Amino acid sequence: MSGGTNGAVLEAEGLTKVYGSGHTEVVAVRDASLTLARGEIVALLGPSGAGKSTLLTLIGLIMPPNAGRIAIGGTVVFDKDRTRVNVRRFRRQHLGFVFQKANLIPFLTAAENVRLAMEINDHPSRVAKGRARELLDYLGVSDRADHLPSKLSGGEQQRVAVARALANRPGVILADEPTAALDSVRGRQVMELFRKVAHEQNAGVIVVTHDHRALDIFDRTLEMEDGQLRSANPAAY
Amino acid sequence: MNLASRDIRHNFGRFVLTTVGLGTLLMIVMGMGGIYRGLVQDATLLVDRIDADLWVVQKDTRGPFAELSQIPLVMEDRIRAVPGVLSSCAFVSTTIQRERNGQPLRITVQGLSWPEDRGEWLPIVAGRPLGQAHYEMLANESLKLAIGAKVNLGKETYTVVGHTRAMTSPAGDSMVFFTLHDAQSIQFDLSGEAIRLARASRYDRSVKTDLGRSQPQVAERSLGPASNIPELGSPAISAVLVKVRSGIDPEQVRGIIGKWPDVSVYTSEGQRQLLLSGIVEKSRRQLGLFRVLLIIVSAIIMALILYTLTLDKLHDIAMLKLMGARNPVILGLILQQALLLGGLGYLVAYGLGQWAFPWFPRRVVLTPPDLLLLAGVVAGISVFASLIGIAKALRVEPNEVLA
Repeated sequence: MSGGTNGAVLEAEGLTKVYGSGHTEVVAVRDASLTLARGEIVALLGPSGAGKSTLLTLIGLIMPPNAGRIAIGGTVVFDKDRTRVNVRRFRRQHLGFVFQKANLIPFLTAAENVRLAMEINDHPSRVAKGRARELLDYLGVSDRADHLPSKLSGGEQQRVAVARALANRPGVILADEPTAALDSVRGRQVMELFRKVAHEQNAGVIVVTHDHRALDIFDRTLEMEDGQLRSANPAAY
Repeated sequence: MNLASRDIRHNFGRFVLTTVGLGTLLMIVMGMGGIYRGLVQDATLLVDRIDADLWVVQKDTRGPFAELSQIPLVMEDRIRAVPGVLSSCAFVSTTIQRERNGQPLRITVQGLSWPEDRGEWLPIVAGRPLGQAHYEMLANESLKLAIGAKVNLGKETYTVVGHTRAMTSPAGDSMVFFTLHDAQSIQFDLSGEAIRLARASRYDRSVKTDLGRSQPQVAERSLGPASNIPELGSPAISAVLVKVRSGIDPEQVRGIIGKWPDVSVYTSEGQRQLLLSGIVEKSRRQLGLFRVLLIIVSAIIMALILYTLTLDKLHDIAMLKLMGARNPVILGLILQQALLLGGLGYLVAYGLGQWAFPWFPRRVVLTPPDLLLLAGVVAGISVFASLIGIAKALRVEPNEVLA
């Protein structure tokens, strides 16, 4: 597990997403380009409705852009209006997601939630069990492994969600306001966790956040406004 | 990791209640089938048990079960003289309703040809066959008449000496077996006043004829019991059962007796088919229709349950898709739950049925082929019912997680 940045894991060029058509047309993302290096953690700031979450869904292959090009881990996944890969397979192999809500499967224990991510990626159950324990231990919630999500605190749930996102050793982790439901102390702990993951697991991490108090944690800060992406100066916040 | 079983474990109480509800519904479907099978068995029970080669009944009637058949007792002797006949015995069948201890007692009276036939061939589960020519009876156990119980029928009192099992008429009434003579006494029992009036009527008619006026002893004879005046007496029996000698084709004997102008002759299979096509047919169609409707209702209820269960999981399904789960993982979650619900519902239906069916007023007969068929139908409706849920799940987009 090396620290620092070493090569681009994500390259997005000219991403545009338009909702609706005619007089109801809304340009959510306009010609957005960004590069993310392995082991780098980037904050994505901006007011509500700026297009941050939409950009994440485009990079995460949840929705296709109207225009642009996306390459992840050296593989072109979207180019010239066409998706070039099996998106579900690519997501489970190369991408990890964390949201404002942990979105854990409520009928699975913490360990099973992590195992599930690996088992649907064809890892044997035995391997998945071991990796789940290892990740929960790494994120400091191993003592909660056999508890259902309803028995976990918000912070614990987010840690399990991070463990699930890491399960398949993804190149890119996308986090959409992961600390919005947490108090400032726990919020900072989760942000530090992402930094640890980025640097130790060598994954590129993009975190959409409104929490300006934790910007010192990030390697770089980007800002979106009216669908346009640009570099930001953390000191300005 | 099996997601279906884990989801059930998480919502165990709801799943159990749903399964019990569905199981109760399936029990009714199972019971309907069992009632139909019982109806068929009841209808053909006596024909199958008696196992006569030929049934001789009143001309142009369909036998003692389908309609009223009356032939003279002497027919038994006439048939015995036909070449190829091994034995013949009179058969009496009539349904009566009396009152006992303030409760209605509805029974089908069957006459056994004493002393050749004492009822040894009947499924006697307690007591013994008939042991004397009069005043004994073999009652079906469902009548709940204890061995040794006394029952007043007509002017006589009869003692229960044995219990038969599952001997019911095509109409579902319990059969009671008497000697032929006792059965006739019960069938043709009249009050003293009715007998006195009948005799007076006969005497009145006879003295008005030339014969009665010229031969007074004829008029006097008409004052005696009807049985002493054969040409005026009541038709004696319902049918004659015929066994042919081994090596003789029953059709050959049927050909001979069938030419007689006063009787009709049926083989056992013919009698069986008459019963099934006549008495059972309408009930069969009625029960069949109910079964189809109940299966449709079960399928709709299952579909609703599974659809609701799927709706509850839409967010989780969206998350699974976002994580990259293949469609079979998601379909398996719904389909496995549907099959488990159907399978366990079926077992609940069977278990409840074992307890409840003996309390049903009509006999419920569950046969392995019927149970297998219903299991197949339940599996089919489980798959069908899951389709709506599956269709909904397939339409879920992964970005719904963000909603």
